[in-house]
Amino acid sequence: MTLSILHRMTGVALSVGLIILAIWLTALSSSAQAYGQVTALLGSFVGRLLLMAFSFAFFFHLCNGIRHLFWDVGKGFEMRQVTASAWTVVGASLALTLWLWLTL
Amino acid sequence: MSERSSHRGSGHWWAQRLTAVALIILGLWFLMSILLLQDLGFDAVSVWLARPSNIIPMILTFATLVYHSQLGVQVVIEDYVHGPTIQVFSLRANVLGHVLLAAAGMLALVKIGFGL
Repeated sequence: MTLSILHRMTGVALSVGLIILAIWLTALSSSAQAYGQVTALLGSFVGRLLLMAFSFAFFFHLCNGIRHLFWDVGKGFEMRQVTASAWTVVGASLALTLWLWLTL
Repeated sequence: MSERSSHRGSGHWWAQRLTAVALIILGLWFLMSILLLQDLGFDAVSVWLARPSNIIPMILTFATLVYHSQLGVQVVIEDYVHGPTIQVFSLRANVLGHVLLAAAGMLALVKIGFGL
């Protein structure tokens, strides 16, 4: 239930993130100067915080999306499985976000 | 699923799932590419993205993302924005916004792909 609303919230957040991706690509297609300005903004403290939040939203939506796809084919409906997969999604998305920012 | 969900056709349902499955692959491709690039400067990213083996998956990724996003936001609007006028307005604004997003992204990617 809780993850269901989080799935929607991260989805909407990622739609906003898609605007940032479009801006990044537009800057890349324009000039080195425009690209430099966009990456400077993204690389700032606030920019990095936002990107971290977006990366968590991405991993959460990805992991929970896979969970939804399993439900769509009728698997994992038992209460025990629903609880276990919920915690797996939370753990995996946090771990992946941490891994990404330690790798970068 | 809510009663409202039944108003959306099965076409929407399938499109949402198919783009979801495609985005598992395309999303991970994009993430791994960015990680493997190391250098995210203008020259390195431009050269990387101008390659056919990268610009084609990137066009697919961006287009699929926009489509999946439009479908998802539509569901949120249908479930949370009530009142006939505001809902119709929101749904149209959602389509328009995503069309503009797709146009901007495609223009940028075509320019990069052709080295313009």
